[in-house]
Amino acid sequence: MRSYVPGYELLAPRNFADALDRMAGQPGEWKPFAGGTDLMVLLEAGKLPHRKFLSLWKLPELRGIAVTPEHVKLNALTTYTEIRRHEVLRREFPMLCQAAAETGSIATQNRGTLGGNIANASPAADSPPALLVYDAELGLVSTAGARWVPYHGFWMGYKQIDLRSGELIRAIRLPRNQSFSKHYYRKVGTRKAQAISKVCFAGAARTDGGRITDVRISLGSVAPTVLRAVETEKILRGERPAPPVLQAAQQALAREIAPIDDIRSTARYRLRVAQNLLAEFCESLTS
Amino acid sequence: MSEAARKIRVQCEINGKAVSLETHSMARLLDVLREQAGLTGTKEGCGEGECGACSIEMDGALVNSCLIPALQADGAKIRTIEGVADADVLSALQKSFLGHGGAQCGICTPGMILAARNLLSRNAQPTENEVREALSGNLCRCTGYTKIFESVLEACRTQRAHP
Amino acid sequence: MENRQIGKSIPRKEGREKVTGAARYVDDLTFPDMIHGLTVRSSFARGKILGIRFGEGIPWNEFTIVTAKDIPGKNCIALLIEDQPCLADQFVNHPEEAVVLLAHPDKYLLEEARRAVQIEYEPLPGVFTIDDSLSLKQIIWGDDNVFKSYRVEKGDVGSAWSSADFIVEGEYETGAQEQLYIEPQGMIARANSTEGVTVWGSLQCPYYVHKALVRLFGLPKEKVRVVQTETGGGFGGKEEYPSMIAGHAALLALKSGKPVKMIYDRAEDMAATTKRHPSRTRHRTAVTREGKLLAMEIDFTLDGGAYETLSPVVLSRGTIHAAGPYACPNVLIQSRVVATNAPPHGAFRGFGAPQSVFALERHLDRVAVAVGISPEEVRRRNFLHEGQTLAVGQVVREKVQMDKLMDRALALSGYHEKRARFAEENPRSAIKRGIGFAAFLHGAGFTGSGEEYLASEALVTATPEGKVHVLAGSTEMGQGTNTIFAQIAAEALGLDCDQIEILQPDTSLVPNSGPTVASRTTMIVGKLVETAALAIKKSLLDAGLLKNGYSAHDFVDACRKYPGKFGALQSLVKYQHPGDLHWDDAKYQGDAYGAYAWAVYVAEVSVDTRTAEVRVEDFVAVQEVGKVINPILAAGQIEGGVAQGIGFALYENVVWQEGRMVNGQMTNYIMPTSMDVPPIRVFFEELPYARGPAGAKGIGELPLDGTAPAIANAISHATRADVRQIPITTEKLMEMLEGVHV
Repeated sequence: MRSYVPGYELLAPRNFADALDRMAGQPGEWKPFAGGTDLMVLLEAGKLPHRKFLSLWKLPELRGIAVTPEHVKLNALTTYTEIRRHEVLRREFPMLCQAAAETGSIATQNRGTLGGNIANASPAADSPPALLVYDAELGLVSTAGARWVPYHGFWMGYKQIDLRSGELIRAIRLPRNQSFSKHYYRKVGTRKAQAISKVCFAGAARTDGGRITDVRISLGSVAPTVLRAVETEKILRGERPAPPVLQAAQQALAREIAPIDDIRSTARYRLRVAQNLLAEFCESLTS
Repeated sequence: MSEAARKIRVQCEINGKAVSLETHSMARLLDVLREQAGLTGTKEGCGEGECGACSIEMDGALVNSCLIPALQADGAKIRTIEGVADADVLSALQKSFLGHGGAQCGICTPGMILAARNLLSRNAQPTENEVREALSGNLCRCTGYTKIFESVLEACRTQRAHP
Repeated sequence: MENRQIGKSIPRKEGREKVTGAARYVDDLTFPDMIHGLTVRSSFARGKILGIRFGEGIPWNEFTIVTAKDIPGKNCIALLIEDQPCLADQFVNHPEEAVVLLAHPDKYLLEEARRAVQIEYEPLPGVFTIDDSLSLKQIIWGDDNVFKSYRVEKGDVGSAWSSADFIVEGEYETGAQEQLYIEPQGMIARANSTEGVTVWGSLQCPYYVHKALVRLFGLPKEKVRVVQTETGGGFGGKEEYPSMIAGHAALLALKSGKPVKMIYDRAEDMAATTKRHPSRTRHRTAVTREGKLLAMEIDFTLDGGAYETLSPVVLSRGTIHAAGPYACPNVLIQSRVVATNAPPHGAFRGFGAPQSVFALERHLDRVAVAVGISPEEVRRRNFLHEGQTLAVGQVVREKVQMDKLMDRALALSGYHEKRARFAEENPRSAIKRGIGFAAFLHGAGFTGSGEEYLASEALVTATPEGKVHVLAGSTEMGQGTNTIFAQIAAEALGLDCDQIEILQPDTSLVPNSGPTVASRTTMIVGKLVETAALAIKKSLLDAGLLKNGYSAHDFVDACRKYPGKFGALQSLVKYQHPGDLHWDDAKYQGDAYGAYAWAVYVAEVSVDTRTAEVRVEDFVAVQEVGKVINPILAAGQIEGGVAQGIGFALYENVVWQEGRMVNGQMTNYIMPTSMDVPPIRVFFEELPYARGPAGAKGIGELPLDGTAPAIANAISHATRADVRQIPITTEKLMEMLEGVHV
């Protein structure tokens, strides 16, 4: 343990209103703390400069999954285990469940939360590609009020999201009835379990007589943020996924992503794999 | 140097016994168990939630105790390796680990048994693949996992024969 | 007469403690008044220390601070030589070298204090590669950066090139590998002028630590005591390194007057302690068109890091194993281990052989391709038989069954059927499948005159209550020492294992049985235990207190009666080197090892060409190991070793930046999880070895030799990528796949 633990304060707010009041108080005085699976690792490594945290873990307002005809709404402290076990999510949003199953280990899944994952904003996170493909919206709340924002566009840069001062992520909302005929999610990591992704690809499409009528593609670990490959999507939309179209799409993809060399992998590998996964996705649309 | 924050009181149930401790709000539950509750069976292998040597059961869920801040253990029901045997009577899992070479150096064994136990509480007759997946958060450097799988599956067979 | 204990899977002696969490590892222990210790390390690879500054905001008067000038004896960690300082004094020669030690009751405050210590230095240019070291641009060790070199010669390679039908060359590399025992390094020390120095900790070799502390503190032997606590894995990583952490904890204990506990966290353990020596091997092989080996010229280089530690011995084993289980009339092996400014590399299961065997077995598959015969044929046409000589000139006096092992391994793995099927199916699939093997041997015990030099001892006693005690310096670290010794002693005495107690290795109680390394514990020390137990039985029979066919009750009775008339009932046995084993250290020729284990391992892989991910689908390990004393323990050794070998081949990549490991977290240094291992199918052949206890040979390191080359050969078979380096990361393999037309 590299940090001076007595110097840290983790406080349980009295209730949800108290949590928001404290968040609004001295700006930046308190930072939210959910399941701790990211923050405790930083604490251990001596890399957690902030000292005062608000424990959201027990707030009932942040727990639970609600299903309405239009949406599935996951409150921010929904764990990966809860996602994996939810029947409607398994049926209608399988990529989110697959991402949850490939996040860390079972012990991590029991404590890691979707809201915490989004707030941590790591480009290597496993769920955001699925969320972006499913056109997720984020419910944000502060003492100043509440708003819904599209997740796409919310991620400004490396580990930076567009949260206003005092705001908390309250929920994640997924629109139902998108009628995708294909959901394709593939995470390429360092090993088969407990792996940080080197490339993560999520794609969903609607096809009609072999033609792609709509397609959404999102990738992780190939840019400072998880991104929607909108230019690549444009190339594929309305087309049959035949070789010339695929090649054009792969070239567009190469221009849209910005993979780097780091201690886990290389830019060259990430680019090649991203393009190969795009090909595998497109091939799956014809079968 | 940072100033020390006030300590907090954590009240929880560990292996069926009520426990009350004073500690730092962000102290790791792993350290609270080992140093304050005197339960050294739970081990530290990596400090980053990767090896699973610190696995315990908290409110019925398998968790890495090195990643739980003490504040969030308040009110929890915790089970550690010390609470797996029934007094002197080993559980079926413990017996089969003993009989089938599931433990070599033993440092991963407490966490491994907690993880296996947690699996069997949700799925009494897992396939070998289900065992592999359930234990994938517990690293073992000695066994190559083979005899761990055999031990878990043997415990299931024993339970099936004598429920 | 049938064995009662030998060949049975007796449950692990200390198993109950391990499955209940009652086993006490060093970090589980507390002593009254105990404080914590911590090491301040250099952030630079090479330089002159100008000064040490202690920053503001820390109550330094509460701390115990130790630097090199506090060392009472010699500032060194005594091992083969004394070049490695315990604490850097004027110069630093690798990143993470220990400079200052701190102790305080508050673990958290210690970390703040560590951050507040600044080491001021003048940097010197560092050497970070084998080539840079050999180029002598900087001399960083000795006169020429070379810790040790060997030359092994058999016949005359020069004579063979002109008559060869094919000459095949190749260069092969292996990377560093971290032992990654799940229990990090740890020690507790107590030291004062009356008691001397006592340490308790996680270690493999109590007498290595003892020797190092004697030198560090300048104390007589009786004033130093080393006790091994339950050890959570070692694999060689706790062979020499514990002397360093023990020295540190003891220095703090001496200065503070309190017991000091020092436990590394994972980051420190990975960054600062030993790893497997990286290697580079060059092969040049002359072969006939029938695939018979005419000559092997092998150039083998290891990167030793900044200080010598055990490098000469690692080099020795790697050199001797470099030409494998093959009969080749002309062999020249030239090898050397060189210095770089990295933390010293050290012992890791296999100890030089995994490096040279990877090169050889990968090379022979390529020789097969050049000649136009199968990988199997090139092995069969060259396998050693009894009466032939190894490269070091050792006449093989065991019955060698490499052909039979090959037959069995290939049959069990479905090798031929799969080779044909994959060849047919691969062109139509993005997933390429392949199957490959390695054939190899591993010498058990210390090389050459090593066992004679060690002069190991073991003591067996019987108490008046009839309890049998085994006292040996050999340690249990999961591999089964306690259980195996109990089985051997029980068999010799006609008792059950429950009546045998293996005493905790404590240098004040147990004799020096040599280090727990080199696959020697069962074969060499176990034999001493067997001999001692038999001597006890003979004493009781000769005294007329027992008759043959006695019961356990009779034995207890006899033990009660013996001391009154005859004194203590005990037997101390010293190692006797067999008179027919001769080794010439100067020429590096002769009988290198008393016995070898022989093996053929087969790996089946699938390679996803879209991502270059490799999956080991099936693994068959067939070996001849003498008598198997405990089948579950023996299989467990092979299975665990194969898993480590899979990591060595595919996942365990140390990322270096100027001598520093930068991926020192379990998240980024990748060892296999339960989802990454295939079914590992283990089979034993048993040809009892007359000099082993109950006929046993050593097996602990064997699996590290053959696993990685079997996988590399399988990947080459699957993809036609000409693998030359391990770990075969997906990044490297992807580049190779792009260059290959499948």
